[in-house]
Formats: sequence, C-alpha cells, structure tokens
Amino acid sequence: MKPFQLFLSLAGMWREVRTLIIKDIKLEWRQRYSFSGILLYLSSTIFLIYISFIEMQPTVWVTLFWIILLFTSVSAVAKSFIQESRARMLYYYSIAHPRAVILAKLIYNSAMMMLLAVVGMGLYILINQSPISQVGYFIGVVITGSISFGLAFTMMSAISSKATQNATLMAILSLPFIIPVLLLLIKLTQTALLDHIEIFPIRDFSLLFALDVIMVLLAVLLFPYLWRD
Amino acid sequence: MSIFKKYWWKGLSIILLIYTIIAGFLMPSPALPILRDSIRNLYFHVPMWFGMTGLLLGSCYYSLRFLSKNTLKLDIYAAASARVGLFMGILGILTGMQWARTTWGAWWTNDPKLMGSAVGLLIYLAYFVLRNSIDDIDRRAKVSAVFNIMAFAIFIPAIFIVPRLTDSLHPGNGGNPGFSAYDLDSNMRIVFYPAVIGWILLGAWMTSLTARINIIETRIRAGEGIFHSTTPHKEVLDSSIF
Repeated sequence: MKPFQLFLSLAGMWREVRTLIIKDIKLEWRQRYSFSGILLYLSSTIFLIYISFIEMQPTVWVTLFWIILLFTSVSAVAKSFIQESRARMLYYYSIAHPRAVILAKLIYNSAMMMLLAVVGMGLYILINQSPISQVGYFIGVVITGSISFGLAFTMMSAISSKATQNATLMAILSLPFIIPVLLLLIKLTQTALLDHIEIFPIRDFSLLFALDVIMVLLAVLLFPYLWRD
Repeated sequence: MSIFKKYWWKGLSIILLIYTIIAGFLMPSPALPILRDSIRNLYFHVPMWFGMTGLLLGSCYYSLRFLSKNTLKLDIYAAASARVGLFMGILGILTGMQWARTTWGAWWTNDPKLMGSAVGLLIYLAYFVLRNSIDDIDRRAKVSAVFNIMAFAIFIPAIFIVPRLTDSLHPGNGGNPGFSAYDLDSNMRIVFYPAVIGWILLGAWMTSLTARINIIETRIRAGEGIFHSTTPHKEVLDSSIF
C-alpha cells in the first residue's frame, strides 16, 4: 500500500507542477515584451562585442560568451519571482504546495535559459567568428551550463524578492554563488577549442552535475520556509 | 567554583593563545628550504581557517535551529557567528598573503584554494548585504537563515572539495607534500594543535560577545519602537523571547 500512496502523491505533485509550468508559459506569452526585451538585450550585447573587438583570441571568445550569458540569465531569471505580485503569491499559496511552486519555477527557468542560450550561441557564432572545432560538444556544454544557471538563479530570485531594491540585490547575491559554476564552464568550453578531444572531462561534468543537485535539493528543502510570510 | 565551571574555556583560550605566541616564536623550527622561519605562520594562518569553518558551521546550525524554532535569539547568534567567521576568514587571507609573498613570491596567485576562499568571503559579504537590506526583523531573520544555509552548502565544496580536484600550490594538493610531511617534527605539532583549539575558543568567545551586544541593541531599539516588526514591541521586549 505504502509505495502506491507515494506514487499517488508524486503523481499529484507532478500534476500541480505541470499546471504551474503551463501557467508560467501562458503568462510569458501574454507579456511577450519582457521575453523579447531579454532577447534584444542578448543580441545587442553580442553585437556590441562584435563592434568592440576586431579580432578575438579563442580564450577571450569563450570567456565573453559565458559572461554575456551570465548577465542575460540574471535579468531573465530575476523576473520569475520579483514580477509576481504579493496577492498572486498568496493565491498560489492557497492552491498549491510550495514544493510544487519551486519545482515548476526551476524547470521553467532552466528551459527558458536553455532556449536563450541556444539562441545566444547561434547569434554569437554567426556574428563573431567562431574558434570552436568541437561543435557538438560545445552545444552540450552550453545546454548543461544554461540549465545550471537557471537552477542556481531561481532560488536567488526567490530570496531577493523578499527584500527591498530586489533587482540590484539579485545580482549581488547570485554572482558569488555562480563563480564556481562559471569557472567550470569556461574550463569545459576550452576543451571545445581542441582539434581532438583525447580525454573527455568527465570529472568536471560530474562536479557541475553535483552542484546542480545541491542547488535543486536546497531549493526544494528551503523554499517552504521562505514562502510563508 | 561555579564561576570556574562557566568560564573555564575562556581562561583556557587565553592560556593556549599566550602559549601559542610565546612557543610559536621561540621554539625551534625545522630548517626547510624556502619556508625557513615563515613556517611559524602555520600557528596563525591555518587555525584561522579552522576557526572560520567552525564558526560558519555554527552559524549554519543556528540558522537551521531558527527555521524550526523561530526565536530571534537564534537569528542573532547565527549572524554573530557568521560575522566573526568572516573576520577570521579575512585574517586568514591576510596571513596567507603574507606567507605567499615570502614563499611563492607573490601576494596573490591563481590558486584554486585562494579562489575558493575568495568566493566564500564574497558569499558571506552578500549575506550581510542581504541582512541589511530588509527592515522587518522577522522577515530578515527568516530570509537570511535560508540564505545562510545555502551559503554554507556552497562554501564547503568551494573551499574543501574543488581545490583538491585540481593542482594547487598548497601542501597536500596537486603532488605537493602533505601537511604531515612538515610537522613530522613533533616540536611543531605540540604548538599547532593547542593553537587550533585556542583560536577556535577565541572565535566562540568573540561570537558570544557580539551576539550579546546585538541582543541588547535589539531590545533597546524595540523599546524605542525604531524598527518595523510584525511582532508587537512588548513581545520583543519580553525577555522570554531571548
């Protein structure tokens, strides 16, 4: 009986999460200006990089790509909790479990970051001449990295939405948290510059994965406390 | 006698630190190349990190307790531990920079351990920025407790796990001889272990002083009705909360 009940409660949780994700997508579609604003921010930064640098060294190319994505994701994820009005949060509180709310936000933000990162990568390669020789590997690193960004920033957005001047605070709080992830990603991307990958950097990937797991666990465990006001 | 029972650890801290300073500078040290007498920094630099980690662990513990008990006193203790831990971390960085200048030839190197500790300090500085940005004391306590637990969960891999995976100039990492290779000299060991205990006790003492000052300040401000709180002021003033 016990495993069956567990399965039922998990299924119920998943239903809530799915509804909340669909709600987020609908809201995003109704407020298209904010997402297109982020896209415009991303593309104008990439264009700015193109005008400022005539010719880039490969390491500079890699580092700048991740820095651009970093600041784009701060502004993209920041809105996920800060944008929600107090009354609407109270409404979610009455209809959904807090863990379902944070899980939905984590999944939604990672998916959104993935989309932004892939678009950003396409534009960046198109405009600035790419030194990448391992394209498939590079796409893999970009997707994993953008998921990490989405996961790490979601909880920071929730925390900073509780404080005043939250948009500035969000950047201050999350940048030190993301430094280890950023360094790992830059290191991983540098492997994509090689003509031939001899040793697949499995240890760095698993470290990145471990950091992701820590972030998700912390968010799921701590969000219920943050939520009640 | 009861005074002795209550304060013995403070006395022990003073005695151990006096011993550390006297013995640390006067005892013979192994004459190793490059390191030479700078090896005496072991009694000051390394215990700072022990003290910092201990205090931050304590801070995380108080934050966890706060989330289940919801008493302001625990939040004040968490903040005080983090503050003293941050202070010890800054001292650790400063003593380390001095040591790096003497042995490695530069104030700052691109060492993973230095990166980890810098990240740790930045995270805890962000913790204090977060605390000061919230006016409502109950909300501040709750939000900063959540942030503090996350900070500790990232600080530990940043300072202990990541540096061990890559090359480092620090002993025990990346093919360098480990710690025990230096203090095989038992003369060093009999100063080093008391030094660690002494500095940790001093950190705990500083924490309790900071926390007590903060509790008094909070009470005074509650009495004057300066800060915003959803808790009635009388209740905040009530000593049973603290």
